[in-house]
Amino acid sequence: MSLSRTDRQLAALLLGCALLAATIVLLILLFLVKESWPMLQHVPLIRFVTDASWHPVDGLYQLTPMLSATLYSTLGAVLLAAPLGIASALFSRYYAPPFLAGCYRRLIELLAGIPSVVYGFWGLITLAPLIGRLHPPGVSLLTGILVLTLMILPTVALTADAALAAVPVAYLRGAAALGLSRWGLISGVALPAARSGIIAGTLLAAGRAIGETMAVLMVAGNVVQQPQSLFDPVRTLTANIALEMAYATGEHRAALFVSGLALMVMVLVLVGTAELLSRKRHYG
Amino acid sequence: MVKNALTTGVIWLTAALVSGVFVWLLADIIIHGLPKLSWSFLVEPPQNAGRSGGIGPIIVSTVLILGVAMVTSAPLSLATAVLLSEFTRHDSVYGRLVRRSLDVLAGVPSIVFGLFGNAFFCIYLGLGFSILSGGLTLACMVLPLLIRTAEEGLQAAPNDYRLASAALGMSRSATLVHLLLPTATPALVAGLMLGLGRAVAETAALIFTSGYVDRMPGSLFDSGRALSVHIYDLSMNVAGGDSNAYSSALVLILLLLIINSIALSLANQWLHRSVVTV
Amino acid sequence: MKKLGIVVTLIVLIGAVWGFLRTKSDDTKIEKLVLTGSSTIAPLAAEIGKRFESLHSNVQVDVQTGGSSRGVSDARAGLADIGMASRALKDDEKDLLKFTVALDGISVILNKANPVVALNKQQIIDIYTGKIINWKEVGGNDAPITVVSKAEGRSTLELFLHYFGLKNTDVKPQVIIGDNQQGIKTVVGNPDAIGYVSVGTAEYEASQGAAIKLLPLEGIAASVENVRNRSFPLSRPLNLVTRVEPAGIAKDFVEFARSPQVNDLIEAQYFVPVPH
Repeated sequence: MSLSRTDRQLAALLLGCALLAATIVLLILLFLVKESWPMLQHVPLIRFVTDASWHPVDGLYQLTPMLSATLYSTLGAVLLAAPLGIASALFSRYYAPPFLAGCYRRLIELLAGIPSVVYGFWGLITLAPLIGRLHPPGVSLLTGILVLTLMILPTVALTADAALAAVPVAYLRGAAALGLSRWGLISGVALPAARSGIIAGTLLAAGRAIGETMAVLMVAGNVVQQPQSLFDPVRTLTANIALEMAYATGEHRAALFVSGLALMVMVLVLVGTAELLSRKRHYG
Repeated sequence: MVKNALTTGVIWLTAALVSGVFVWLLADIIIHGLPKLSWSFLVEPPQNAGRSGGIGPIIVSTVLILGVAMVTSAPLSLATAVLLSEFTRHDSVYGRLVRRSLDVLAGVPSIVFGLFGNAFFCIYLGLGFSILSGGLTLACMVLPLLIRTAEEGLQAAPNDYRLASAALGMSRSATLVHLLLPTATPALVAGLMLGLGRAVAETAALIFTSGYVDRMPGSLFDSGRALSVHIYDLSMNVAGGDSNAYSSALVLILLLLIINSIALSLANQWLHRSVVTV
Repeated sequence: MKKLGIVVTLIVLIGAVWGFLRTKSDDTKIEKLVLTGSSTIAPLAAEIGKRFESLHSNVQVDVQTGGSSRGVSDARAGLADIGMASRALKDDEKDLLKFTVALDGISVILNKANPVVALNKQQIIDIYTGKIINWKEVGGNDAPITVVSKAEGRSTLELFLHYFGLKNTDVKPQVIIGDNQQGIKTVVGNPDAIGYVSVGTAEYEASQGAAIKLLPLEGIAASVENVRNRSFPLSRPLNLVTRVEPAGIAKDFVEFARSPQVNDLIEAQYFVPVPH
């Protein structure tokens, strides 16, 4: 298809905008590298894995327990939030009467806007004591996972909802004409058609979970250790940065930025894996 | 038959569980926050480190920061989404690069955004602690959400529309404006809601960019405390600030409700044209 | 669509013009004083700033947070007029000037339901290093102790370690917290927890009905009064930091902050004014 003049102008404008978006990531990466440079210069990267523990004031920089904590909490949250979110979307699109669906959707939209501080606060004074009664100390990996699930649920639910809304009505009518049951329609037609949207939403939610700072800081316990059970207190990389940045100087500060870089690498790996696993179906 | 009934049951149960937990959370906020809520609370400036007085200037700062963030990111996001969906081949290197960058951007921790925003907007660009810095940093955070949801919405529009309009000799831009965008409205709206929610909820990034000052801002270049930062300060930093923290949280939820409703109705009005589906 | 574009552009333009106009006119009249640093001192500094503004027209005092280290480095780099540090200056910071504005004591706290009423120094050391792990070993219930400590680099932690002669690598906590409020809420939510927080905050929260109690240290009750008369051994200074001898409004502000005129503000934040 040849482009008319307006189309070419539009394309140029759009190209500029998209480049801007990609540049921001580059800038952030550069920023992180610049701030961690003092550390990267002197300390060989392997020490971030082999040092005895994380005690920066004494020059020990082992990151692995925190990497695991971030990984486990994100995976746990996504594993819980994805089915719950998709089910919520299915509920508001196919099962609920219109008024109820509208109310439910508004509730979820509201919850997307509650500050992480409020979630963390609620987790600390309501959820943690409850879990503490099961197994002290209460603030733990499990509490962190539960609070994270609550926080990313709206993302999954709303994007899945939009993806389902975009399924062409013709498909649904065709399925009904063929006599499929409601669940058959959903599992056989609607969900596969909405698949790429749902996966994109889950990826966004996973990103949110990895990057969440405040809430996890308040409910996960913040002890730097490899979690042996769900009830162990853990510290994620983000909580670490937030906790220690205010008082860190020199090499300690640079070490925190190195952990920020580690996070970005983790996100890159996550995103790459997800792209490999999902094969998107596209027009044309 | 059984499978159908079973799944229906599971879905209703899930919805009940999810709403139950959320209503629990909201009820907590409402119960603790309602007593202090009043007209004077909404307009007066904070006193005694926020433990008395009101949150008037803070609400103004929040709305301004939100405004800057959305005005900057919404057009940019739409443009990028349109480019990714309509003007690039899906498997092109360029398209994959932009998409991957956006997914990485979505995973950057809020505190790193705060530190980056501080270094870039406040120091390097010389904006200092200001509403502008805060809004622009939030725009960066919200960009992946808006772009990805908008792109998915546009992708989902049936290809027939594009082919039919090409057959009719319509330009790409016309197809976009009159057919594809209206069809993608639910996705665009969902992205907008998510973006607004994320922007309003953000704390760590704003502490380092739009700052801590709770005075009524005189301009976009003034530092202004956002509601989320105020709630954080009252609940975690100031002794005795809990009750006002709850009330501020309640105001934030009400504010979000109002903004969401306005955004929803505007978006539906402007973007939704009657597109007859086949 | 066209109308929407025009409307939005107009709004943005008007907003931008208004923004620029306001700064232009404000620049000539207002003197600005910028403080950055410790979030512990920030609420107090903001309140002092407000009172200072009411006494001096055309002055704006802007307080930002970011942590004590940020305050010190900003003061040194000139990014802030005055830095706020909730700790004593380190050796490599001795080139800067410090002005102590208030004192903040540290108290060990237990949950109110815990039957233990006092612990001696050695017991606290053993609990924090993991040698004593059950409350029954010090006369309490048969329950595992949940040790709450502060994050590394925090001045409260360093003071605590220094007083008890410990290194951070010796301490074996079950929970690590950042702010005082987080510490209090953690202990409130866990009947077997032990932690340490600011005396003033703990005293206030306890008086408001929070389920905590303050432990005496070496027989001296942990109270703001005892910090004031210096009988309570554990306290940290809250400092204003500058690079050079302050002049102009910075000098006025520092003097104001250390004067008795703001004692009520200091006490309202549950710190202790420095006796002059």
